[in-house]
Parts: sequence; C-alpha cells; structure tokens
Amino acid sequence: MFEILKRTEMAQGSVVLNELSAPQIAAKALPGQFVILRANETGERIPLTMADTNPERGTVTIIYQVVGKSTALFADMKVGERFLDIIGPLGKPTKIENVGTVVCVGGGTGVAVMHPITKALKQAGNHVISIIGSRTKDLLILEDKMKAASHDLHVCTDDGSYGHHGFVTDKLKEMLDSMDVGLVVGIGPVPMMKFVCKMTEQYKVKTLVSLNSIMVDGTGMCGCCRVTVGDQTRFACVDGPEFDGHQVDFNELATRLQAYTQFEKQAMDKYKCECQR
Amino acid sequence: MAQGKDTKEKLPRQAMPEQDPNIRKRNFDEVPTGYTPELAKAEASRCLQCKKPSCVEGCPVSIDIPGFIKYIQEGDFTKAIRKIWEKNSLPAVCGRVCPQEDQCEGSCILAKKGQPVAIGNLERFAADYERNYGSGELPPKKASTGKKVAVVGSGPAGLTVAGDLILKGHEVTVFEAFHKGGGVLVYGIPQFRLPKEIVASELHFLERLGVDIQCNTVVGKTVDVDELFEQGFDAVFIGVGAGLPRFLNVPGENLINIYSANEYLTRANLMKAYLFPEYDTPLAKGKEVVVLGGGNVAMDSARTAMRMGADRVRIVYRRSRDELPARQAEVHHAEEEGIEFYLLTNPTRFIGDDQGWVKGMECIQMELGEPDESGRRRPEPVSGSEFELPCDMVVIAVGSGANPVLTGNTHDLELNKRGYIVADPKTGKTMKKGVWAGGDIVTGAATVILAAGAGRLASDSIHDYLSIGW
Repeated sequence: MFEILKRTEMAQGSVVLNELSAPQIAAKALPGQFVILRANETGERIPLTMADTNPERGTVTIIYQVVGKSTALFADMKVGERFLDIIGPLGKPTKIENVGTVVCVGGGTGVAVMHPITKALKQAGNHVISIIGSRTKDLLILEDKMKAASHDLHVCTDDGSYGHHGFVTDKLKEMLDSMDVGLVVGIGPVPMMKFVCKMTEQYKVKTLVSLNSIMVDGTGMCGCCRVTVGDQTRFACVDGPEFDGHQVDFNELATRLQAYTQFEKQAMDKYKCECQR
Repeated sequence: MAQGKDTKEKLPRQAMPEQDPNIRKRNFDEVPTGYTPELAKAEASRCLQCKKPSCVEGCPVSIDIPGFIKYIQEGDFTKAIRKIWEKNSLPAVCGRVCPQEDQCEGSCILAKKGQPVAIGNLERFAADYERNYGSGELPPKKASTGKKVAVVGSGPAGLTVAGDLILKGHEVTVFEAFHKGGGVLVYGIPQFRLPKEIVASELHFLERLGVDIQCNTVVGKTVDVDELFEQGFDAVFIGVGAGLPRFLNVPGENLINIYSANEYLTRANLMKAYLFPEYDTPLAKGKEVVVLGGGNVAMDSARTAMRMGADRVRIVYRRSRDELPARQAEVHHAEEEGIEFYLLTNPTRFIGDDQGWVKGMECIQMELGEPDESGRRRPEPVSGSEFELPCDMVVIAVGSGANPVLTGNTHDLELNKRGYIVADPKTGKTMKKGVWAGGDIVTGAATVILAAGAGRLASDSIHDYLSIGW
C-alpha cells in the first residue's frame, strides 16, 4: 500500500504530482477532502487536499509545492517507493449544488485543490468559469485540466508573462460586473483568498475558501488547526477545510501559519546538508 | 509464627528508586527505575494474604492481587504475571499509571495503620520482569469460534477488549486512526512516565496472540461502522476516547504558542518533537511556560515543558490545592522538578505581541464558594484582583469533550446531550445491535484503568453475545 505509481514535476520542478495507491481512501474520497501523509518513521504528518482520485485504480493524486523539509522529502521519493502512512479521506466534502453560474478562482498550487471541485460543480449542471493564476507563466499548473473542467477559463500572471497581466481578482471583478454569479470558490495562498473574499463581499456573492492551516492528527483531536470563523473557533480538519470566506479571520490564519517558520528553516538546512553528503 | 508476623509489620513499604529530580527534569527517561527482584520480594512479603481481600474489590478489573503477590513472595515471577494476565492485558501500563492510592492500595488493610502494600509497583515489576527475562510463552487460547470482532480505537479500553476476546477464541481486528497503536498511551502520556517501548511491547504481545492491528484507519471516515458489519464483523466495540480539546473561550486564545494539551503532548510524545531535528515535527520551546488546569494531563504538560528546556513552568489552577484532580504522586513529582503552582487563579485574557505571539496572560484571583455538581467547591473571581503574568507559551489542559468524527457518522447510536455514547454501564451495550462502547467516549475523560475496566465488562458481554445471542 501507499506506493507511488506516478510522479510528475510541474512548474519547473517546484511542484510535484504523485499518484499513490490507497484503495480504501480512493473508494471513499469526495471533492474537497484531504489526506494526511507521513513519508517515514521520523517524518511529520502533512495534510494535503486531494487533486484527484480514481476508485477503479484505487489511487489518489496529490500535488504539492516543495516549500520545506517534509515536502522536499516527499518530492525526493521515486516511483515504486512508498509513503509510510496515509490516512483519509478527512474533512467535509465540498457541498456541490446547482446554483447557476460559479466562478472558481485558483492560485498557485491551490489550482490542484480546485480541480476536482471544478469538475464536480460542472457535472452538477453549473455554468463554470475558472480563473487561475500564478506569479509567472512557468509556475502555472493544470491549465489543460482546468480548461476541460470548466466552460470558460481565464489565466492571469502577476508579471504578465502569460494570459492577463495582473491578479486573479482583476478578472474576478470583470465577471462579477458582467454577470449574475451564484457562487465563488477561491483556493490559493492566504492573501489571494483574503482579497477574493473582500471583493465578493462587495457584490454579496457567497464565497467558499479551503483553508490550509497547520494540523497534526486531522480528526479534531489536537485543536492545532483552529481558525476564527464568524467570531467562533472552528477546527479546519473536521469543521472544514472549506468555510464561508466572508466569515474567516484571514489575518489570524496567516499569523498562525508562521508558528514554525524558524523550525522549518532549521529542518530544511539540515536536510540540504545531508543530501549533499 | 508471632515473630514472623511482627517482622511483617515492621518492614516499611519499599520505595521504588527514582531518578534525581534535578537530573530527570531535563531528560525524558523514565522517572522511577523499577524494583530489583530483592526489593520486589521484600515488598511482597508485607502482604498479609487476606482471606477477604479488599484490594481486589478496589481494582476495576478485579486482579487476584494476593494471588500474584504470593508468587512474587515465592520468587516465581512467571506465575505472578500469568495470574495478572487472567484479568489484565496491560500490566506494565497499569502498574505505572493507575491511581492505585484510590483503588487497590487505598483499600489495602495495611493502609489503615500505616503504608499499604505497593501493589502498583509489584504489578509493574512482574510485567517488566516478564518482558525482560521471561520465557515469552503466551497464555493459553481457546479454540477458534469463527466469530470476528472489530475494535475501534487502540487505547486502554480497546486493547483490553482485544486481549480478552482473542483468548476466548474470537478473531479480533483493532482499528486505529493514528499511525501507531496505543491511543492515549502513546500520544498523551509522556515517555518519562510511560516509555513508548513498553506500550509497543504490550501491543506486540497482543499481535503475537493473533490480534490484527490496522493503523491509519479513521472509522467514521475511511470506513464506517455499518460497513464493518458488511465486511463480516459480528460485533463492534467502540473505544475511541474523548478526543476533543476544550478551550477557555477567553480573548487571545488563538495567539501563537498557545497549545491545547492534546496538541502539545501529541507533538512531544507520538511525533517525538523533543528529538527535533532528528525527528521532523517541531514544538515550541517556551522559556516562561504556563499550563492551565490541575489534572494529570496538566502535570504531564508542565513536566514536558520543563524537559523541553523552559526556565520557569507555572501551573495555573482556579481552585485550591485540595481540589487538584491530579494524582498526589504526580503533583509531588512536578513540585520536585521545580514546577510552580499558582492556585486560585484564572486567566481572563491572553496578551499578544504585534506579531501574534503570546507574551502574557491577564489573570484574576479566585476564592472558593459552595460545592458545585462535581462536588468541588465552586471558584468565584475576586473583583479587582486582576494581575498580569508574563509568559511566552501556554498549554491549555482543562479537559476534553466527545469527538464527533465516529459518532456523527454512525446510524442508530444514541448519544447523550454532551455527545457521549449511551451504553449500559454493566455491559457496555449500546442501543445499536452488535455495538458496544466503553471508556472516555461513554464516561467522559477518566483514567486508563477505568477504561480498561469498561473494556473488561464489554468483552464479557460481547463473548456472551457471540456464544448465546443479543
């Protein structure tokens, strides 16, 4: 179990896709849910929202950006190697409804999380417009898949190297101005989700976000992933990971994500050192 | 004869050797180092072998205490452990973490005039001796019944059920959400109080008996209870613990470096964060740490923080010393290690710096009023007594509620208004056919031995069901 069946590099190697054998999870998983993985005995438990599942093959697909030691360790594993542990599917699945027109806004690796949700929303009969963005053209992921999953796709790059020159919120504003939108789903870096929500709030359009808070067990036991939603403390692992974006305290989330920055740097430096030996 | 009796009375209770507090407060090695065979025999010789042993009545799993102690007196340690195994699958654990002073030892006849027999220490000795020097021979197992039992949760309740039913000839599979079995024994109780190697060895013992332990399986998510029946299980025991941390709901609670005890202890124990960066999971090293709460979990958190290198660790508790719910031995150990107690004190808000890190706590003095429903005197704030306590890390250890992951995804399971499973206290039977429950998910947060006791009652009832019917 938990063997890596496929490994693909994206965004110039900064993002990696793994298709993993995990039949029990694949049989149950729904869009929006996540798994927790651990590479080896000394490894951390890392939560990742599934980018795809294939119940027939018994596989789940994860796509992650290499940011710290644990993701670097994941990325260094080859096809045929195994993760020591995978648990899931965790969290509540996305509530898929037909609301008419939906705009799916994905930024960075958030596009990977967005993909299965986009597919499901389209299957449910919505008219789906997607807006995906990245800092620069080379870092854009899953353009073809998002195109296939949507009726209409817009691409934005911060530096203008591809598609619209500017932020995803620029395109989102165009959509909100020109049509009746029933739902916006925004998934990406915290600042992006925050600005998407600020904008949709002005248009009073319901907005879902998927939160990537720090977790340990993923079953509501440790309380580490707590986020303030509408003045209440909620646990992203069991109450989420998706919440009404207009209620989320994004500043607190961004702050809490900084909790282990120093440790992460120390772990990464040590790992690089060991890899060079 | 009379002379022999006199000697028995005069021999004092044999203390178990411990690591020096000034050394142990900076390491994670076990605090008490264990009896030698000589010390064990000397302590066992204090037992009067009562005809009507009240110690057994005080034991939630009814171990034949005089029986196993007699074997230790005689130096037959193998027979001693076999006697314990008849009633308890987890002696190395229970010998370490049971509140013996309130149970077996509290009922010991010697306690009336002096010091009770150190039953817990002797249980621990028998288990450790077997693990280190025993033959490895397994207890006898009944012929296979062909019945299959699913046990959800691998903590003390689940492991007791698994150990009992495998010996009675049933096939047992234990499902655990974490990547390692043991439940609270591995994520909650620190290494210095219960070494993880010992839990691993108890689990291995069950595996050698034939118990299948499936980790990484969240029942309620990966598979649900009804699906377990569809897969061919004849009975299901739910022993998932409480597992929902309580917070105080005071302002600033989500500042960085404010942990729930569950998170703090899970990172430290299960994920071995105290060995970072050898292990990858990080854990803050507070200089001035405050632990909120007065139970065993608070003591464990405070002593862990000290071992992580804190300069100062304070326990802030809203009642007085007499109401501390922790075992006296744990309070004593904490004090020896330099943990300070701020009693009759309650936090009113947490104060953060401009980067969102906790830097202090506003507290208020409390005084005790009339007893509340828990029987403890209700603490009330003294107005105008607010003061500030500087700190750079806080661990909240004020208890836990019922985790809804399994109960929220299981049909026909009756829950009480606080979300705990309703089960018959004598049998563990729930309202759902073929399903039993026991331990913290039924009673709310309690002790290892009470969970094991609930497991024992449930396993007897499950065995009856599998032999006779519902």
